[in-house]
Parts: sequence; C-alpha cells; structure tokens
Amino acid sequence: MAPLYQYLLLSALLFAIGFAGAVTRRNAIIVLIGIELMLNAANLNFIAFWRFGGNQEAIPGIMFVIFSIAIAAAEAAVGLALIIAVYRRFKTTNLDRINSLEP
Amino acid sequence: MELSFVILAVLVLVSAVAAMTLRNLIHCALSAALTFVGLAGLYLQLNAQFVGFAQILVYVGAIAILIVFAILLTRGTEPSGDRIASSSWWGGIACALGVFGVLGAAILSARHLGRDSYTVAVPTVKQIGMELMTSYVLPLQIVGLLLTVAMIGAVVLALPAASPSQPGSASSDETPLHDGETGNTETIPMGGQH
Repeated sequence: MAPLYQYLLLSALLFAIGFAGAVTRRNAIIVLIGIELMLNAANLNFIAFWRFGGNQEAIPGIMFVIFSIAIAAAEAAVGLALIIAVYRRFKTTNLDRINSLEP
Repeated sequence: MELSFVILAVLVLVSAVAAMTLRNLIHCALSAALTFVGLAGLYLQLNAQFVGFAQILVYVGAIAILIVFAILLTRGTEPSGDRIASSSWWGGIACALGVFGVLGAAILSARHLGRDSYTVAVPTVKQIGMELMTSYVLPLQIVGLLLTVAMIGAVVLALPAASPSQPGSASSDETPLHDGETGNTETIPMGGQH
C-alpha cells in the first residue's frame, strides 16, 4: 500500500498521457482510447481517495466509480457508432480530413 | 515504495504511452486493454474488489473488444507512411505537460497531509447491492435508461444508410418490378427437384 500521493501522481500522469494522445493523434479511434484513459485516471483518483478517506462506511466513493464505468461504456458504444457512421460518409477516420460537413 | 505498486504503476504507464504512440491501431487497442488490466490490479490493491472485477468485465471485456471491432470496421486502404500525429502536435504535448505540472505541483505540495493506510471495512457485494437498491435506486434506474438509450442509439447510428433518395419518394433509384418477378435476381439452387 503506497502513500496516497503516489496514487494521485499516477492518476495525474495517466490523465496527462490520455490527454496528450486525445489531442495529438489523427485517428478518431485513438482519440476515443485517450478519452477512456482519462476516465480511468479519474476513477483511480476516486478509489484512492476513498481508500485513504477515513470514513469507513463511505460507500459514495465506490458508487461513483461504478456509475462512471457504466457511463463510460455507454459513451464508448455511442462514440464508436458515430465513428463508424462518419467513416461510412467520409471513407476515412483521419481527423485532419474530417473538417467540414461535406466530404 | 511498495514493490507491487511500482510494478502495477510501471505496467499502467508503459502500456498507456504505448496505446497513445503506436502506429498499428490494433496494437494501440491491445495496449489500452493492458492498461485497464493494470488499473484493475491497482483497484484490487486498494481494497475495492467489486470495482476491480467490474473494471475487468466492462473495460477489458466490452470496451476494448468494441474498440477492436470498430478498428476492423473502419479499416480502409490506409497508407502506412503517414505521420501518426497532427501537424500541431507540439501544442498538445505542451498542454498535457502543463496539466501534469499543475496537478503534480498541487499533489506534491500537500503530500504531508495524506494520512497513512489503515484497516478499512471492505464493503461486501451485499452492502453495495443494498445501497444500490435503497439509497442509489434513482441513479441506478437512470443508468439503466441511459444504457438502453445508448444501445438503441448506437445500433441506429451504425446501421447501413437507407437508399440515398429524397424523403417522400421511397425508392426512386430502383427499377420498377414487373409482374412475376421478385427482387431476387440470383438463382438459389434448391435441393430436391420436383
């Protein structure tokens, strides 16, 4: 069991890595993977604070993460369906070319 | 520095960097799945067993597989000689470094405030279920509705488009069928001649 700040540093670093990939990469699916990494970093932050929180019956920490995982699953499904629909129209997933409503 | 934490942290960070920098998309998706597994290990280390197994079930078992399917469905004739990053990648890296700098400075300036680990009552699945059914029943129902809507929406979005004609004229680009013909122009070999 590492000290709390090491878990928080790991969460911040994972968030920064996900953010860098989501902003930099040109493929739409890699952007979505970066968004999922950011969500996971936030979940790790929640669990770390729940563990070191001090309140032994603090269920909201776990509840938030459970609902966050469910919402992330729904968002990933809809996001990937959007990418498939955009690919069907633009014939590419390159975000540098998807910059107008008409292909 | 706990050895288990160091191993899991290195696994998570290396696979996250690999997921964001590799050129092959399938390798990126599999590295992301490895990141999710490492994070599940961290949740187990933090005594959140239900969340750890839910992470493996949902993220590795559903989201990573969904990403692999989407990569395979949107795979065109990609020229592999392109750059992987956009033309202004330095701005993104600088913003990410700024974000980590601010968060890291805030964490390190308050690191003496965190309390040490102690024995905590691990919530059982029965307790989580009771809480979901009593205190959190409204978020539970809303998340159920959200998942239903997301499933229907994803199916509708990913369906093949209908005939690209104006609304109002249903099938103006199809040849009108004469009597005695069906739309099926292939001859299906039937077994057993009369």
